[in-house]
Amino acid sequence: MITKETVSNIASLSRLHIDDVQNARFGKNLEDILHYVEKLNKLDVTGVLPTTHVLRLENVFRDDVVLPSLTQAEALSFAIDSSTGHYKVPKVIE
Amino acid sequence: MPLTAAQVIIKFQRLLNSMDLFALTAHEIMGLIVSGKVSAGDVAVSLRARTVACNPKTNAFIRIYDDPERDEKPYCVPVAIKDNICFKGHPVTCASGILKNFCPPYDAAVVEKIKSAGGVIPGALNMDEFAFGSSTESSVYGITRNPWDLERVPGGSSGGAAAAVAAGEAVWALGSDTGGSIRQPASFCGVVGLKPTYGRVSRYGLIAFGSSLDQIGPITKDVTDCAALMNIISGFDMRDSTSVNVPVPDYCRSLTNNLKGLRIGIPGEYFIDGIEQEVLSTVRSAIDFFKKEGAVIKEITLPHTEYAVAAYYIVATAEASSNLARFDGVEYGLRAVPAKARKAGIVDMYEETRARGFGDEVKRRIMLGTYVLSAGYYDAYYLRAQKVRTLIKNDFDRAFLDCDIILSPTAPTTAFRIGEKTQDPIAMYLSDIFTIPANLAGIPSISIPCGFDGKKLPVGLQLMAAPFAEEILLASAFAYEQAHPWHLERAKL
Amino acid sequence: MSLTGFETVIGLEVHLQLNTATKIFCGCRNVFGEDANTSVCPVCLGLPGSLPVFNRKVLVSGIKVGLALNCAINTFVKFDRKNYYYPDLPKGYQISQFDFPIAGKGFLPVLTDGKEKRIGITRAHIEEDAGKLIHDDVQNATLVDYNRTGTPLIEIVSEPDMRSPQEAFDYLTTLKLLLQYLDVSDCDMEKGSLRCDANVSIRPAGETKLGTKTELKNMNSFSAVKRAIEHEVKRQTGLLLAGEKIVQQTLLWNEDKGITTPMRSKEQAHDYRYFPEPDLVPFTVTSEEIERVCQDVPELPNARLHRFAEQYSISEYDARILVQDRVFADFFEAAAGMGIEAKKLCNWMNSPLMKELNDRKCRINALKLTPAALVALITRVEDGTISNLSGKEVLADIVISGTAVDDLIKTKGLAQISDDSALESVVDAILGENPQVVEQIRSGKPGAAGFLVGQAMKRLPGKANPKKLNELIQRRVTNV
Repeated sequence: MITKETVSNIASLSRLHIDDVQNARFGKNLEDILHYVEKLNKLDVTGVLPTTHVLRLENVFRDDVVLPSLTQAEALSFAIDSSTGHYKVPKVIE
Repeated sequence: MPLTAAQVIIKFQRLLNSMDLFALTAHEIMGLIVSGKVSAGDVAVSLRARTVACNPKTNAFIRIYDDPERDEKPYCVPVAIKDNICFKGHPVTCASGILKNFCPPYDAAVVEKIKSAGGVIPGALNMDEFAFGSSTESSVYGITRNPWDLERVPGGSSGGAAAAVAAGEAVWALGSDTGGSIRQPASFCGVVGLKPTYGRVSRYGLIAFGSSLDQIGPITKDVTDCAALMNIISGFDMRDSTSVNVPVPDYCRSLTNNLKGLRIGIPGEYFIDGIEQEVLSTVRSAIDFFKKEGAVIKEITLPHTEYAVAAYYIVATAEASSNLARFDGVEYGLRAVPAKARKAGIVDMYEETRARGFGDEVKRRIMLGTYVLSAGYYDAYYLRAQKVRTLIKNDFDRAFLDCDIILSPTAPTTAFRIGEKTQDPIAMYLSDIFTIPANLAGIPSISIPCGFDGKKLPVGLQLMAAPFAEEILLASAFAYEQAHPWHLERAKL
Repeated sequence: MSLTGFETVIGLEVHLQLNTATKIFCGCRNVFGEDANTSVCPVCLGLPGSLPVFNRKVLVSGIKVGLALNCAINTFVKFDRKNYYYPDLPKGYQISQFDFPIAGKGFLPVLTDGKEKRIGITRAHIEEDAGKLIHDDVQNATLVDYNRTGTPLIEIVSEPDMRSPQEAFDYLTTLKLLLQYLDVSDCDMEKGSLRCDANVSIRPAGETKLGTKTELKNMNSFSAVKRAIEHEVKRQTGLLLAGEKIVQQTLLWNEDKGITTPMRSKEQAHDYRYFPEPDLVPFTVTSEEIERVCQDVPELPNARLHRFAEQYSISEYDARILVQDRVFADFFEAAAGMGIEAKKLCNWMNSPLMKELNDRKCRINALKLTPAALVALITRVEDGTISNLSGKEVLADIVISGTAVDDLIKTKGLAQISDDSALESVVDAILGENPQVVEQIRSGKPGAAGFLVGQAMKRLPGKANPKKLNELIQRRVTNV
């Protein structure tokens, strides 16, 4: 059961602000979708390994070799707000 | 199979009429360039004029770039790109308000390859926001309309790409496919769309949706162009750990006409109730054609097909919820703060930025993805979905022991009306029912036009093959296309 | 055993920044202290479309650390995403390891309270570091520097086996020494290449169930860790004795005030929603590879200590001091191989040289002193060319200048006067001025000559060989 509180918690975990109307709407959406995916429970998955990667690929590395970085100017070229070479955000209270 | 006289006349006329350069395929244009009959400038002019004329109706392109001064050797026909592929110095937005005006300081691997081949990027194509969708109705730049019927959707999420190619605004384009986002719009717009094997094309520079599912692929007018574009974009990339170091064959060499002995699997699970009658009959005609040409048709079963959409919507949204966490108003993109403080400063900024920047479908999927990964639910949803994914992949592995390709309709319907499914997310998700399994299994899949329904809406035929067997797909598709020039029909715009 | 009847239970989490040339998932230089945002790229900035690629050297370092801590090295290793929001985390998730870390259970033998105690290691895993936040009160903002984002980290988690703040301190010094020997990290708490969080709880003596723990952060030295734990134990004891409960929370240590304060942002429960990282494929570690890394692991401190004691016939106490710093021990061995008596070398290194290092707050490889130079210096003291005191003076000079020992002795004029005739006049004068002392010596107290030696040396500052002086005095006294 997807309660109002559940939706609020999920929205908070997702860092999304939603109002009551959205809470109700998304709650219904979530419930419908979760109901739809219930069908997966019909399957017997005992002994089945999960697939994280479809490729049988392993051990992909890079060598510890320096590659060019962006310049500070390039790094800040898309910054929303910056100051003295840093990205700037509202004060974070620890 | 040789062209009919009518086809030859059409072709000759088209080739001579340079105002219709936009209507030609890339390989035809390249032939004209190489033989000196037209210049790169002529091509650019023709495409620009066509775009100016059609884009107000289609809204396929969201951004058009000026053709920069460039060296014409080597020459490659401009390749339009979906707006989730990074092109240095140009905005890339994923059709979302949260990324408006973000210009990446780097090129995607595929853009680098296009540039090396002598190509330019003429503009960015519309899409569903963050590639979440099957209709290109959720873009912050407005909907894209299907050139075959402007009251209908072009499909999604690469709707802009398919519409642009179908309308002649782009000769060819790159889209991305996570659950069918290249193939389904290709099917709705009567063009060719290929989703490569996972790992065939580098994802470096593709803004991620479902990392274990995404692939960039060609959307083109015909199979020959598809093969040519695959030659350009495929290949190992050190910057993508999921990129496979398998040599890239010359895909154009696989374009033969011989279907004899080709083993084609017809999965019963893809021919179910709910498919439009005309889609079914058109696809069955295609099967008859293959049979007539000497292919061996086998009835096969992919027993876990009905669970694919469910497994996909858990895995894809889980990955997406994590991939989209970086859009938070800290570094780049949109930043918003509420008028009245609600929580601690930085949290307010996160919540307001994402509330304002993301559309409904994106929020829906982020929340679903967060839910299925959250404490207490991981095993029941995410882990289980990953196991079902294994079962689906095993179905295909088993099938390809006896089949060379698997054939099905690309979508259960032809293009639906704008607004028809926007109120029902699940109905929207189900339009990907035949395309999703290939993403879950990581196998290559192509959609080619195979006819029209009574409303002159295109029907798409889907062929799937084993990993890295794009050549067989292209060969089969080519043989079909040579005998059925559906691709020569043009939407009237 | 505590006087309050409570037992302290401590577990430590140590984060180690590796000293690789590049970051963990991209080719940016792995740097410290440079201008903000000058060693960044699309990958470590978390730009959309970027992808991680794993630095092979980090895996090797992980195996080394695991082996040194006697851990089981996992043959199947993968990465997972740890999802949370914070401005120093550009992707909104940290790539870490959840269920298949590089190393499983192990232990670290620690000398504490005179005895050796095995502290259990729960696991060691690999992850990426976050950026740095600077709070700017003037602008009422927070500034972010992503140079540090993507620095490779190894997190070493101990079992809650420590029972006192001192044990925790000893664990840290032992661990640091071990890691230094592996040369995988600078292990410098001041630079942040070694960070430590402490999990502290208390329980009634004899109780086996763990009490509620609190997490302590923001200690920037091993002593601070010890002090913070002491403070926390007192606080928790006070609460329990007053009948109150311990609240599980994260506390920040304030070194200046000597108190802890709750960390506000951590009050919201974190659901990290771990899931396997789809952008990185898994890794298999073969036994051949582990064997190869094993060959690369140098002789570790404990083993070296015992070998020094045996091979060089020095005490374990002395050997322990020598091995406290790998390059220091290397220096010793190099010098010992040059024909000098090990015990004498040891004395010079563990005392006067150690003082130089402590005064300068540096390691021996930062000095201009070579093993050969030290050997030469000690030889000159032993053969009487200069006094012990002069030797220390010479040492203080060489460490900065690197000048040859003999040159310094010459330019400073430190050569002792050992020639009897030169000393005789002064000795005679001293003897003449101190007849009572001469009497004492004659009546069977040769040690009283020490005073006279001192007096003579005052008149020949630093240049008289005290041994020679003593000999002379004794001869003169007995001869008369």
